Amino acid sequence: MSVATTSPAAASVRPSPLGLAWRRWKRGPGAVIGATILVIMIVGAILSPWIAPFDWNETRVGPRLVAPSAEFLFGTDLYGRDIFSRVLYGARISLSVGVATVAIALVFGSLFGVTIAYLGGRVEALGSRAIDVMLGFPPIVLAILIVAVLGVGIWTAALAVGIAGIPRFARVVRGATLSLKEQLFIDAARALGAGSRRIIGRHLLPNLTPVLIVLASLDLGSAILSTATLSFLGLGAQPPTPEWGAMLNAGREFMRYAPWTMIFPGLALFLAVMAVNLVGDRLSQVLDPKQRGRL
Amino acid sequence: MQWAWLARRLVGAVPTILLTWTIVFSVLQFIPGDPVILMLQGNPASEEVMTNERHRLGLDRPIIAQYASFMWNVARGDLGRSFRTRQPVTAMILEQMPHSLELALGGLLIGILLGTAMGVFAGMRPSGWADTGAMTVALIGLSLPSFWIGMLLIHVFGIMLGWVPILGRGFDALILPSITVGLFLAGGLARLVRSSIIEVMGQDYVRTARAKGLPMVKIIGKHVLRNAMIPPITLLGIQFAVLIGGAVVTERVFARPGLGTMLIESVLTKDIPLVQALVVYTTTVYILINLAIDLLYGLIDPRIRPEPSR
Repeated sequence: MSVATTSPAAASVRPSPLGLAWRRWKRGPGAVIGATILVIMIVGAILSPWIAPFDWNETRVGPRLVAPSAEFLFGTDLYGRDIFSRVLYGARISLSVGVATVAIALVFGSLFGVTIAYLGGRVEALGSRAIDVMLGFPPIVLAILIVAVLGVGIWTAALAVGIAGIPRFARVVRGATLSLKEQLFIDAARALGAGSRRIIGRHLLPNLTPVLIVLASLDLGSAILSTATLSFLGLGAQPPTPEWGAMLNAGREFMRYAPWTMIFPGLALFLAVMAVNLVGDRLSQVLDPKQRGRL
Repeated sequence: MQWAWLARRLVGAVPTILLTWTIVFSVLQFIPGDPVILMLQGNPASEEVMTNERHRLGLDRPIIAQYASFMWNVARGDLGRSFRTRQPVTAMILEQMPHSLELALGGLLIGILLGTAMGVFAGMRPSGWADTGAMTVALIGLSLPSFWIGMLLIHVFGIMLGWVPILGRGFDALILPSITVGLFLAGGLARLVRSSIIEVMGQDYVRTARAKGLPMVKIIGKHVLRNAMIPPITLLGIQFAVLIGGAVVTERVFARPGLGTMLIESVLTKDIPLVQALVVYTTTVYILINLAIDLLYGLIDPRIRPEPSR
């Protein structure tokens, strides 16, 4: 994140836009809480092979569906697997899948949006129509339809959620580009002989970065949630993968006798999504010029 | 003038709907496997039977002809028969619809009550403690996985306290599912109501009303809410349109029948006509409800007549 590289001290001398953004961001306590949770989760996810007390797939005959204790912090599941270790490994899956999903939507959506808006004319009219039609599908239904074709699995589920997110990105980027391309520096670039590809890549996209950061951060939470939802429905990660949604689905049957099988994976998912939303909310306030006056 | 605008909007929606049907048809062409083999659901059959079946379904015709008859049949409301039950899928959908509809309405009711209350509460004094509190709750609502909160509700109110039945039908069994759906709706709604209220509170006519000495309750009720409700209604319309297609997750958690459950089962059993019909139905309803909301605004308030984005 380039925002963090500008130190606040330097910013107080001559406040750069990024320095100002950094200071505003710090003022929101929610964002700090969110960022803290997120950092803990990311570190936990990276270090999970070393800090998890047990192997995530190690089954035991004796301690099945054991309540949380000092040995098994979050209890054990039907096969005697340690739920804490599984939740920890699950962070790897959920976070990386979430990022991959948003990346798909971001790359394809923004390239499509910026291209049609820059080219204008009939291309733009056709492209906008395509976006409208894609938006005619409720996102979860579109994702389920794609899973129906690609087959069940964690990566196809991620791909499905990513594809379903493309029209949302495309629409916003198209709108932002339409106003951006009328500005003088684009005319100047064209007058200097820059081609479409250069103008889009070197002039339009860099100026769209704040919009893209906001969109991506606001989308990440729902992307993590949607992929977990597909896994919960049996369309995403399959057992024994320690994905949070899939673990909740497995825990459903033992809810009455062993509620911890569903409480902890769900709590992890909830905290991850909330942390991402907190940071995303704040980022959008900081980077969106329309909101600046209110801070 | 008004009717011309109305007609233009109605006609404008037709190509969008036709295109979504086209997408559903094209996407499902890529389902791996022979439809007739999928249709047999694992039962053996002779080559002759399969050829006959392929001919009966029209699968031996060119793709363009298949497409044309698909579009024509959809327009007539005939979406074929389920591979699994051999019943007409339209009838199957109609049979499940009431289950989804009652949950959609129940969830919407709770979502509106909770979301509007929190939004108004927060928007009246922005940055106050009420605002911070209500927006924290709204953010939590937005971040809660429906399937998790649904299970927690079952655990606490169904199992531990035993207040409501956790299975079955009827009003009692609808309470927890409605809360689950409602909580999800309330988060987004509260945020939108809040920002909308803050905007309207800054308008001149509200200042006039305050200067006249009208009590706050009356100002909120008569002036602010009415003008602030348009963006929230848009959101609710979209959410309602999604819910009519089945609250996929909530139905699953509470083991309720409905269109969402049917969609998941049809995908898992590769019952292609049923998948196709459900997606066609859901998207068509989704587009029509969004259109209805647009039209409603245009009729109520002539200032907003959104032109098609172009």
